[in-house]
Amino acid sequence: MKRYKHAASGILVPLAALAFWQLLSAKGWVNATILPSPMQVLTKWWTYLRPLEAFNPAQGSYLKWCFSGELPQDAMGSLYRVLVGFAIGTGLALPLGLGMGYSKVVYALFNPLIQVLRPIPPIAYIPLSILWFGLGNPPAIFLISIGAFFPVLMNTVTGVQNVDSIYLRVGRNLGASRFTQFTRIILPAATPYIFTGARIGMGTAFIVVIVSEMIAVNNGLGYRILEAREYLWSDKIIAGMFTIGLLGLGIDTVMSRLSSRMLRWHRGLEQG
Amino acid sequence: MSAMDNHISVQGVHKVFQSGGQDVYALKAIDLEISRGEFVCLLGPSGCGKSTLLNAVAGFSLPSSGHIHVDGVPVTAPGPDRGMVFQEYALFPWMTVEQNIAFGLQIKGDPKAAIQAKVDSLLELLHLQDFRKRYPKDLSGGMRQRVAIARVLALDSPIMLMDEPFGALDALTRRNLQDELLRLWTELKKTILFVTHSIEEALYLADRTVVMTYRPGTLKRDLRVDLPRPRDVASPGFNALKKELSLLLMEEQNRHEQDEFRGAAVD
Repeated sequence: MKRYKHAASGILVPLAALAFWQLLSAKGWVNATILPSPMQVLTKWWTYLRPLEAFNPAQGSYLKWCFSGELPQDAMGSLYRVLVGFAIGTGLALPLGLGMGYSKVVYALFNPLIQVLRPIPPIAYIPLSILWFGLGNPPAIFLISIGAFFPVLMNTVTGVQNVDSIYLRVGRNLGASRFTQFTRIILPAATPYIFTGARIGMGTAFIVVIVSEMIAVNNGLGYRILEAREYLWSDKIIAGMFTIGLLGLGIDTVMSRLSSRMLRWHRGLEQG
Repeated sequence: MSAMDNHISVQGVHKVFQSGGQDVYALKAIDLEISRGEFVCLLGPSGCGKSTLLNAVAGFSLPSSGHIHVDGVPVTAPGPDRGMVFQEYALFPWMTVEQNIAFGLQIKGDPKAAIQAKVDSLLELLHLQDFRKRYPKDLSGGMRQRVAIARVLALDSPIMLMDEPFGALDALTRRNLQDELLRLWTELKKTILFVTHSIEEALYLADRTVVMTYRPGTLKRDLRVDLPRPRDVASPGFNALKKELSLLLMEEQNRHEQDEFRGAAVD
């Protein structure tokens, strides 16, 4: 019962905002080209979502047809780039971060370079990425991996460095080898940090995918809303923005569900 | 009696720390012989080096000079023959109760079935059956310390080292665990070296209570507690010993506090 009440109060503010927006449009207070009405946006959204052609079994399955609309294609394109870029960025950051956290030597070797590169926003790599990789998926994936790389790296280093030494003492007392210490104690003890890094990295990857599509790719949600601006299709811009928002929310929800499942032993900030 | 006849033998052990360019003796000329199956408590105010001595026997921090032998073999590193129970439980929070207890056996490389059987029997021994799938965060302090004890018992180590294991527990839980520990000690015939700052705890548990001095850490008094078990904390004999130890301990506590005041004045 209480849950429904909360859900109900959570919907109040969006409804009010929507009503205000509708009022603005209905009264003609703003130019419809600048700010279309909510209904107009919704209609556009539906058109954008729908398959372009009638279902034809000769061209493939029904499911494939369902996703053949412009918006599903864009969303899948963006999602694909995010996932591949994130996988590459994390795949590189994780082993390096574990090494830097564990070994003072590795840390001393890599940290100065990392500290110089880290403050460069991924977006600043755009010119170089186009020069190196041309247009299309490769430069976008390159940029996204950079965006995901640093948050995962920094959090992994901190996570390994902050492993409570008491756990290592217990490990030694129980006779654990260095390898066992690493895989059974250091790695799991650092996972809360690593997951935090992954979540931040995924957020950055999602920002970078939109920006890179605006510049280097000819499809995807970022490309689509920039394209819509050239035709003054503000309804499509807004529909695209909401899609970006929902997709981002979806990704973050999956990440947070995944991490609370994997970290159900974790106490959070409270000290144990 | 030579060192070989004793289970744990500490001879001429010094432990020196550098502090502000000065040598600070945490341990000075410690000689301590502990027989097989003996329950010895190290008693003293904080800063007297009792934990330092325990850590030296555990092999976590080796003495600056002197020798520690276990079964006649010099101690050079930590090992599963000297299981340690820490004050702060130190259970692995990412492992369930079962997994925590099994960890040492997995390291040893025991077969799966043997590990499972051992874990089951330890869960039963410490009344933890209903908690086997729980994570440490869901357990009370007393339960966690039971798991920590089970984890050490799994190793079958002849020696148990305990660093103020019950210090953070409330009085009733503490008494329960003390009784539990005495039961295990009688059943399993372990040699126990137990650090505490509670006089009553030392007298309730130990065959011998060793009082340490505050800086430098030396042995002030080695007292054999000959009271019959189970011990009655309200008996005249118990109280006489308690009074005796209180006086000894207060002297050291006063020196400790004077030292702290001096330190504060220098700051």
